[in-house]
Amino acid sequence: MAALVASHWTVHSRRFETSAATREPTWVRGMLITIALAFFALFLLLPLVTVFAEALRKGWGVYFAALVEPDARSAIFLTLLVTAIAVPLNLVFGVAAAWAIAKFDFRGKQLLTTLIDLPFSVSPVVAGLTFVLLFGAQGWFGPWLADHGVRIMFAVPALVLATVFVTFPFVARELIPLMEAQGQEEEEAAIVLGASGWKTFWYVTLPNIKWGLIYGVILCNARAMGEFGAVSVVSGHIRGRTNTMPLHVEILYNEYNFAAAFAIASLLALLALLTLVIKSWVEWQGRQQMNAGREL
Amino acid sequence: MGARTMRRVLPGFPLALGYTLVYLSLIVLIPLSAVFLKAATQGWESFWAAISTPRVVASYQLTYGVSLLAAAINAVFGLIFAWVLVRYDFPGRRIVDALVDLPFALPTAVAGIALTAIYAGNGWLGQWLQPLGIKVAFTPLGILVALIFISLPFVVRTVQPVLEDLETELEEVAASLGADRWQTFYRVVLPPVLPALLTGFALAFARAVGEYGSVIFIAGNVPMVSEITPLLIITKLEQFDYPGATAIAAVMLVTSFILLFLINGLQAWVSRRHGGV
Repeated sequence: MAALVASHWTVHSRRFETSAATREPTWVRGMLITIALAFFALFLLLPLVTVFAEALRKGWGVYFAALVEPDARSAIFLTLLVTAIAVPLNLVFGVAAAWAIAKFDFRGKQLLTTLIDLPFSVSPVVAGLTFVLLFGAQGWFGPWLADHGVRIMFAVPALVLATVFVTFPFVARELIPLMEAQGQEEEEAAIVLGASGWKTFWYVTLPNIKWGLIYGVILCNARAMGEFGAVSVVSGHIRGRTNTMPLHVEILYNEYNFAAAFAIASLLALLALLTLVIKSWVEWQGRQQMNAGREL
Repeated sequence: MGARTMRRVLPGFPLALGYTLVYLSLIVLIPLSAVFLKAATQGWESFWAAISTPRVVASYQLTYGVSLLAAAINAVFGLIFAWVLVRYDFPGRRIVDALVDLPFALPTAVAGIALTAIYAGNGWLGQWLQPLGIKVAFTPLGILVALIFISLPFVVRTVQPVLEDLETELEEVAASLGADRWQTFYRVVLPPVLPALLTGFALAFARAVGEYGSVIFIAGNVPMVSEITPLLIITKLEQFDYPGATAIAAVMLVTSFILLFLINGLQAWVSRRHGGV
């Protein structure tokens, strides 16, 4: 998916200066814009507004009470904990994979790139199931783990594994096309001038891929905090113990405690909005950097 | 850029590739192969029995059918959306553009309960649709709405950069040769956009097929009517029917692999037509 994903870094300097020949009649323009905006309002804006409207339906008092209640607090803490482990793991992997794939030539490179994308096309439920098959009571390693008192299923390790699986490609697929486009001349120059490998990476490569890296981490983080299907399979839904925020939303909703469910959901929606803001800002910064690079 | 010279100059290749392969194997390849090994050890008869009961077949028809429909609807509206974002200026265009990615950032469970609240019988839209005899929540139509939401950005985001890079000069030439605007669109604009459109369609379809979080709240989950395949896997797991769950998961994985390779092929086609951006 490399070629397309990198497209948000390309510089589109020209807005379309349409001449009469390439312009649609006004009524066609109006109609298309209306259709697009109606689709936007119906499918994107309305669900977003609904989350906040439902969360505040019973007033701010109920809203805040739902957020500070012990089970909610432990769900928030667990989500932050799982994300704090999963995202750095995939960050390190993403950098290593991009270094190997973008800077070197080897056989099977195309296959490796495809395999890295694999978790995106696997259903989250199937992802969760794989860990049940490995670490569950009837799984391959289940009996051994039970004998040695190691708890993976229905505990934090399984939540981390499931989250790492579903967010696996985010950083790598962002960095691979970016580093491929940048080539390796700058790094080669640094090495020839006597810099060590780490120094070269730290002072030459990292500044070049900075915005791509942040972009990948932001998206990885949003998915990690919001993942539902995969963690749902491995969590066991133990209230106050193995419920992440999205799972807590489900439990509250199924108990018809809608105000509380939407209150927790509104935190996740705020996170989504924050993600989009940072993402737009990073895209803009990245384009500035590329523009500056072009002018040199 | 001689491949051989750079291998000699830059360090870290064995470490980076080794780490990549080990991590990929531990997190993705070994867990996924567990599904196939587990499915293979249960014997063909029981495997076939697990994946071909009427309830399971009904869930395939629902999951794949509704996903196909959602991807098709997104192909049409996604193209219009991308066109409007690239070609026209209107107030709020930048905000609309940024919010297109909302389904990528909004957790699926949040989308699920929000859509249910909107389309339930007493919801904002549900209360107007119900008297017209249109039931959305707790029917397959609700699943369609959820799948349209979660797969919406794929078509827009794959088509948009291709539209941005189109040369308007070609359209001017077509117009000067006497083509009307529709002919120009159909014969000049659409052909180079088509590979990206198909890619977006396939990505949307692949995502929709595996979707779980947003669907289960709005679907009603009635066996044979509105029960999607991923939910069936979870149901089997909760009944401790591990072989049954694994067999259905293996079927879903095979279709995922086919889709992944199809999408990769399509994308290679896009970058070839698109001049390898």
